[in-house]
Amino acid sequence: MNTPLSWIKDYVPELECTDKEYYDKMTLSGTKVESWERLDKNCEKIVVGRVESIEKHPDAEHLWVCEVNIGKAYEGNYTKETDGQDGKLPYCIQICTSAQNLVKGAVVPVCLNGGRVAGGHDGSPLPEGGIPIKAGKMRGLASVGMMCGITELGSDESMYPGSTNDGIYIFPEDQAKDLPLGSDAIEALGLHDTNFEYEITSNRVDCYSMLGIAREAAVTFDKPFRAPQVMVKHEGPKDTKDCVTVDIEAKDLCTRYVAAICTDVKIAPSPRWMQRRLANFGIRPINNLVDITNFVMMEYGQPMHAYDFDKIHGGKIIVKRASDGETFTTLDGQERKLDSNVLMISDADRYVGIAGIMGGQDSMITDSVKTVLFEAATFNGTNIRKSSKRIGMRTDASAIFEKGLDPYNALAAMDRACQLMEELGCGTVAKTYVDVHEELPQLRRIPFEPEKINAYLGTSYTREHMLDIFRKEELVYDEAANELVIPSFRQDLKQMCDLAEECARFDGYDKVPSTLPRSSATIGGLTPMMHLQDGARDIAMDYGYSESETFSFESPKVFDTLRIKEDSPMRNAIRISNPLGEDYSLMRTSMLNGILTSLGTNFARRNKNVKLFDLGKIYIAKQLPLTDYADERPQFTLGFYGDGDFFDLKGVLEDFLAFVGIKSKMECRRSSLSFFHPGRQADVLIDGRVLGFMGEIHPDVAAAYGMSGRVYVAQIDLKNVLEMASFAHHFEGIAKFPAMSRDISMLVPKHVTAGEIEAVIEQRGGRILEEYHLFDIYEGSQVKEGYKSMAYTMTFRHKDTTLTAEEVDKAMKKILNGLENLGIELRS
Amino acid sequence: MIQEDLEKIRLQAKEALENAKTSEDINRIRVDILGKKGALTGILRGMKDVSKEDRPKVGQMVNDVRAKIETRLEEAQKEIEEKAQELRLASETIDVTLPSRRMKRGHLHPNTVALREIEDIFIGMGYEVVDGPEVEKDYYNFEALNIPADHPAKDEQDTFYINGDMLLRTQTSGVQIHEMEKGRIPIRMIAPGRVYRADEVDATHSPVFHQVEGLVVDKGITFADLKGTLAEFAKGVFGEKTQVRFRPHHFPFTEPSAEMDISCFKCGGKGCSFCKGEGWIEILGCGMVHPHVLEMCHIDPEEYSGFAFGIGLERIALLKYEIDDMRLLYENDVRFINQF
Repeated sequence: MNTPLSWIKDYVPELECTDKEYYDKMTLSGTKVESWERLDKNCEKIVVGRVESIEKHPDAEHLWVCEVNIGKAYEGNYTKETDGQDGKLPYCIQICTSAQNLVKGAVVPVCLNGGRVAGGHDGSPLPEGGIPIKAGKMRGLASVGMMCGITELGSDESMYPGSTNDGIYIFPEDQAKDLPLGSDAIEALGLHDTNFEYEITSNRVDCYSMLGIAREAAVTFDKPFRAPQVMVKHEGPKDTKDCVTVDIEAKDLCTRYVAAICTDVKIAPSPRWMQRRLANFGIRPINNLVDITNFVMMEYGQPMHAYDFDKIHGGKIIVKRASDGETFTTLDGQERKLDSNVLMISDADRYVGIAGIMGGQDSMITDSVKTVLFEAATFNGTNIRKSSKRIGMRTDASAIFEKGLDPYNALAAMDRACQLMEELGCGTVAKTYVDVHEELPQLRRIPFEPEKINAYLGTSYTREHMLDIFRKEELVYDEAANELVIPSFRQDLKQMCDLAEECARFDGYDKVPSTLPRSSATIGGLTPMMHLQDGARDIAMDYGYSESETFSFESPKVFDTLRIKEDSPMRNAIRISNPLGEDYSLMRTSMLNGILTSLGTNFARRNKNVKLFDLGKIYIAKQLPLTDYADERPQFTLGFYGDGDFFDLKGVLEDFLAFVGIKSKMECRRSSLSFFHPGRQADVLIDGRVLGFMGEIHPDVAAAYGMSGRVYVAQIDLKNVLEMASFAHHFEGIAKFPAMSRDISMLVPKHVTAGEIEAVIEQRGGRILEEYHLFDIYEGSQVKEGYKSMAYTMTFRHKDTTLTAEEVDKAMKKILNGLENLGIELRS
Repeated sequence: MIQEDLEKIRLQAKEALENAKTSEDINRIRVDILGKKGALTGILRGMKDVSKEDRPKVGQMVNDVRAKIETRLEEAQKEIEEKAQELRLASETIDVTLPSRRMKRGHLHPNTVALREIEDIFIGMGYEVVDGPEVEKDYYNFEALNIPADHPAKDEQDTFYINGDMLLRTQTSGVQIHEMEKGRIPIRMIAPGRVYRADEVDATHSPVFHQVEGLVVDKGITFADLKGTLAEFAKGVFGEKTQVRFRPHHFPFTEPSAEMDISCFKCGGKGCSFCKGEGWIEILGCGMVHPHVLEMCHIDPEEYSGFAFGIGLERIALLKYEIDDMRLLYENDVRFINQF
């Protein structure tokens, strides 16, 4: 929505403010100004002048030399105050021009020496600072200033009917005769104006109109609001009731339909004041009839439609739904597909318009129109919005209708349109209207509760102050009932809190005190999951991983890229029904694509040794199609390429699980996930429960993400971890008694894993086994075929006594027996 | 005789010590004089020839010389060691300006950095941080927030739907409803999380972004409380000098509603290129919880009131850290992340 300030001032005549003041105050009272544009920006020293003589330039084919009378002397503009005896007219300056449309006596805008114009005449964008005009010479002859074309003044030929972008703007004769030479030409062109653009919120349908904005401006600036005085003479010989019947079949989609017949229609240009109003708004003046409908739409926020009544068959208007599969040709010549939810205007035989969206070609107004049928109706906003979307056509009218209009406004707008028809001599309004509607809603009443308003806002407005604000807003106070009667155009005011907002915004949000809640104290904090995630962040960062974030949705192609098996549950992803594109259509069921994409991006940019972690969620459907909440599971995902291997990553996971208080040892069990290297991957378990997986990415998968070399990824399910995690700490004392260590060196059959050996050590070491670790592993020529050499150190300690060698020997014997069962030979 | 020998030994030791340069020299001297076959030991061995009455006296003399020599030996030894250490230390001088070895700790994502700042402020004011579902029911995302079916706001938000009833939440405001439905009052919570809107990716838009919802419900909560709380928040994030400005706005689930601007932290409100000459920067939307929303959550609006707000996390991060392109947040180039 935008409005020229001059138009607002028509209804708020006492409004005096700068553009900036208007912007600030309107924004702070709730009518947010997005931007504004001065229409006379960079137009300086431009006056009305008359071409007194015009001659061909002696030395240039296409140039003309003009004597231009600018009415008075301006400093620096070389006018001669002569009596004309030397053959020169008084107050004339010489201007050379290449424009070809000038004639002697033409009254034109003249930019004086030292002035400025908005732009050039070649149609290129207006330069920021305009173009300065200086006296100079053209092919040897002095040229003092410039006669201006309409584009040079920042406007366009379409806004000034009869003008052209090519030549100099020539004031129409009827206007020119009243323009004093030397007066402000910008004023005469109606360009001393500012167009404000607003962001209107969806609750304020009334503000999609001049009158609505003007009401806001009036209250904001505390100046009287003057609504247009509307009186229709209804001089027509005809009576609309005799000419047309209106039948609303789809009562749910049309609350009111007002029809008026105007006879003796004379199509002509609309008066200059109306053209200027529309033009400054950005609407091209066309002719009186079209301009009136546009004008009323902008002024009242009620779209109107005009039909050529002679083309309406049977004197009938029927408002009804279309049928599926029908088509209709709108006045732009396009054939539109209809369905049973599109509301149509029909005559006795056929459709004549898509309700609220666009009229039809058959009944459109032409210059030969004799009788007009005006329509001002209230259609269901939602229906119009949806129809306009389905048909794929959004018009100025539909954009307003879709907000949901006030049925009272339809009649008011019809009155205004008819009044303008009469005033402009455009036609004769019939004696009556046809006005079809069900009972209109009663005006809403809200109890006036000043104490509640103050308690709600934390303010201390007086009762009188509140009533004063309401009065300015045209809310009527019914003292007997202690109720406020809400005007129909304020559909947004429904209850106390709405009134509270009115008080606050017109008294000023800035004047509402700033306090902190005095209510009962509460204890703030994070959820356990958030603590766990912070723990993951700490550990990951300690190991040099940086945090990444990736989109939650991905392409179905990802499954194939990741070599996910056809029957894998990972493929049971939640699908978005209206995604931005196939690539964003599935909610992720693993973090792999995200982390690999991020690593791939870094790889492509030649970042070395990149380590990333991600705490994003995966989205698991409990059943598909989804009927209830998904299982949203936060994951701890780590990925890297460059320095490091499987065991570096394993260490991060072990450290993390220990950090979050899990006492049990993390177990890696060889897995067979298709996106990993078949021999370098594992499920990650605690106490036999799988928490996630880790491994080296399969080279084909890495290549698909643009990476060569080894890439490692781990993904741990934090919901599972949380069930085992504990942030409680318990001090177990520091060992007082000495430890004893034993080393064993073994020949181990190749197929036996460290995990199996360690399981034996743990099982058989007994309670005195404090710690063990692998300190050497070797496979190669010095070890016999089919075997590898491994060496462990074991540390034993008793909590309460000093261990004896015999006790340790006993434990070691048990361990060694167990190891022998695995086919392990002890090395001497 | 013995006296002379002793004196000779003493002088001999002194001279030898003066020439000693290494620990080995010292040791040799020690062995030569004090060792089993040493000179002084020799004298002691000769004690058997000394008269009985002279023995204590001579013994004393021998011991004195021995003590002196031992002291001297120790001193010399210490001296040599000190000198040796000095030399070693001098030789070990390093170029302290050589490059370091660093663990290179990882970095947090700027969203996390910004979120932690926000969380700290609200936790300090007694707010619980809660989580809510991203795959949400239509009821929680719209209907319970006063956005009934066919409300234009539903179209405006460009919602991703899973099906007729399930969708990707377009706002974190649904968490308000989940919290209020729990029936525990007072409520003071913030709910950070992902939200989704069908916007194509560009420098200022992303189909996935984050909001931080806030909700306070209790007896006697006022619009003034909302203003005061959010002013504290703004100061906490953007600095003590930050001014706030509330502009009337409309959200279906709050009334009155407002948008909050902060004074530009670059120019202090004078107007600069950063704030596009406005002096103010739009930060968040907020308002008093609409009584109808309370009612739908079985909270009596006659008894309780509340306020709510929604902060765009990326907006805060982009502004505060002066990130000029939102796409950087989801590319995860380490050269970007490692600046946070």
